[in-house]
Amino acid sequence: MVNPVNRFPRIRVEADALSCTRGGRAIFRDISFSIGAGRMLAVTGPNGAGKSSLLRIMAGLLEPAGGRLEFRAESGSAEEAESPVHYLGHLDGLKPAMSLRENLRYWCRIYDRPAGQDDLEAATGRLGIGHALDLPVGVFSAGQRRRAGLARIMLAPRPVWLLDEPTSALDRDGEATLGKLMDEHLQSGGVIVAATHLDLPVRADLTLDMAVPA
Amino acid sequence: MRQKPARPKKNAMSVVNQLANPTRFLSLSARILPWLAAASAAVLAIGLWLALFVAPPDYQQGDSVRIMFVHVPAAWLAMFCYTLMALSSIGSLVWRHPLADVSAKAAAPIGAAFTFLALFTGSVWGKPMWGTWWVWDARLTSVLVLFIMYLGLIALWRAFDDPGRAGRVAAVLTLVGFVNIPIIKFSVDWWNTLHQPASVMRLGGPTVHPSMLWPLLIMAVGFTLLFLTLHLAAMRTEIFRRRVRAAQMRAAVQPAASVGRAVAAHG
Amino acid sequence: MSLLAAIIAQTVRLGIRAGGGALVGLIFFLAVVAVVPFGVGPDLNLLSRIGPAILWIGVLLASLLGLERLFSADREDGSLDLYIASGEPIVLLVLGRAVGHWLATGLPIVVAAPVLGLMLNLSPVALGAVTLTLFAGSPALTFIGAVGAALTAGLQRGGMLIAVLVLPLSVPVLIFGVMATNGAVYDPDPFTAPFLILCAFSLGSAVLAPLAGALALRVAME
Repeated sequence: MVNPVNRFPRIRVEADALSCTRGGRAIFRDISFSIGAGRMLAVTGPNGAGKSSLLRIMAGLLEPAGGRLEFRAESGSAEEAESPVHYLGHLDGLKPAMSLRENLRYWCRIYDRPAGQDDLEAATGRLGIGHALDLPVGVFSAGQRRRAGLARIMLAPRPVWLLDEPTSALDRDGEATLGKLMDEHLQSGGVIVAATHLDLPVRADLTLDMAVPA
Repeated sequence: MRQKPARPKKNAMSVVNQLANPTRFLSLSARILPWLAAASAAVLAIGLWLALFVAPPDYQQGDSVRIMFVHVPAAWLAMFCYTLMALSSIGSLVWRHPLADVSAKAAAPIGAAFTFLALFTGSVWGKPMWGTWWVWDARLTSVLVLFIMYLGLIALWRAFDDPGRAGRVAAVLTLVGFVNIPIIKFSVDWWNTLHQPASVMRLGGPTVHPSMLWPLLIMAVGFTLLFLTLHLAAMRTEIFRRRVRAAQMRAAVQPAASVGRAVAAHG
Repeated sequence: MSLLAAIIAQTVRLGIRAGGGALVGLIFFLAVVAVVPFGVGPDLNLLSRIGPAILWIGVLLASLLGLERLFSADREDGSLDLYIASGEPIVLLVLGRAVGHWLATGLPIVVAAPVLGLMLNLSPVALGAVTLTLFAGSPALTFIGAVGAALTAGLQRGGMLIAVLVLPLSVPVLIFGVMATNGAVYDPDPFTAPFLILCAFSLGSAVLAPLAGALALRVAME
């Protein structure tokens, strides 16, 4: 089920009084949580509460206006140079003029996890897009693109998954596959932080409600 | 494991800066501004009197040499203003100081205006000297390129909606330009010496007679004071503009910033 | 190295494929050079004298094409987010994109330049010189352009703006490119010094432009 070669270190994610300002406007403040390996945090709240901004801060795409964020190795393993996070945002970073195979190969080389023929076929096969490996991504539907994004994070194992509305564009079948993938990731000691306003296919261990105070 | 940079101290400082400093700047500048304006008016009046009536006409150029008293200070401020913008850009990129953003943005149109003045007076001065309105003289050409760079910066600023992002992007361009200015100057000088014989005259070269040097220096001081006055006033305007924008954004969004309910949850 | 190679290879592929800008850049270069004689007249002596300058200006203008999409495409399809989240240095992304862009669009133009030079009545020496100087100097144009592309990556329509920002910064490259070419053709004029300075521009901008571009991209993302 889990490829033992690609195991990653167990990580605890800690946020302490994080706050975020965008364009001079405060989006949120004083967000604190701590989540350990094998656990999942669901971030909920209405539009504009800052769910996406929180994930973008965790992915290193935004500077927090205050507070601290830490990815701490639980098992005290050696220093690792690469980033521990995988970010799955609204866009999947696919070049429409290139085939799915080329797109995935490119990202595997960026992540420095060279993917063989078998890995690509296994990952895309599980997600139901194995038949489309050599088609240009430009002809994909939104759901297929999302599946391609999931294939990308499957191919290069990293301990922390940051999922921003992961079920968007997925049908029931795709949601079930996503649920299985998330389950496996948690069981192999990964951490998931998922922002959503819908039900997630996996039950969260913790919920961060970014409600706007009345 | 990689750790996210944790800088609570700096962030606390930047919050303080954001709230307190522009306010303090506004009250301080309100007090300084009238004095600065009066000083620049006085110095410019003395300088102009010396330049137009006291300084002797040039034995070759006659009275048209008096254009120099406007042209040289304008050219000097064209460079001075860009240097100020480069320093401000370092301030906004390294320390993210909001006043540095404001300073650089407010300086750009003023710098462009002085650069244009230098080009215009150079052209008017050139007409009786060279017989044409424009000569591709090394100095004038460098200033022309500088003028285009000013306009590009202003255009870049106007292209962004968010003033904070615009400020930092423009800061990068300002610094790139600052590195390039000496290279451009050097290239244009080389190009010029290859393509035409040395200029008929040197615009404001170092061989200025003392009777002209004093009025020139006083004019330079007056222009610098004028620049500082205009810059301070423009900075105030820019701060007010940003406050209006911030107020509009607050009015558009009713709810306050959201607060995490699961504060300090452990799992 | 594998990372940089991957970025370069992807940029070249995207540039060459349908929808990429490589072919359009080449056609644009042809069109610009072909239009000049209509403006200045078909006098072959005049054309052979200003031919190197025409070719250089043509390359300068053609190098602006396609810059608009260099980073804004990455921003729009989410690649830039994913790249930054991957934790790899943005400097390498800018370097790889710039090198790939030059290989896909700059190099074909340099190769085409002597053919167009024949139409401008350039002497064999001038043909060789202009090709050599373009080969040495056009990377600098691409690198400077990449900074402009990074600065405007956050904008919806940055194309015109890139040209305004990049052209004044490209003045030194143009000066020394044409000067070195003329230096090779006309005897008293120097060739070696301007040519070496031209090479220095390309090498220097290869170092500085990725740094500035990475800073600009980082800022444009926020």
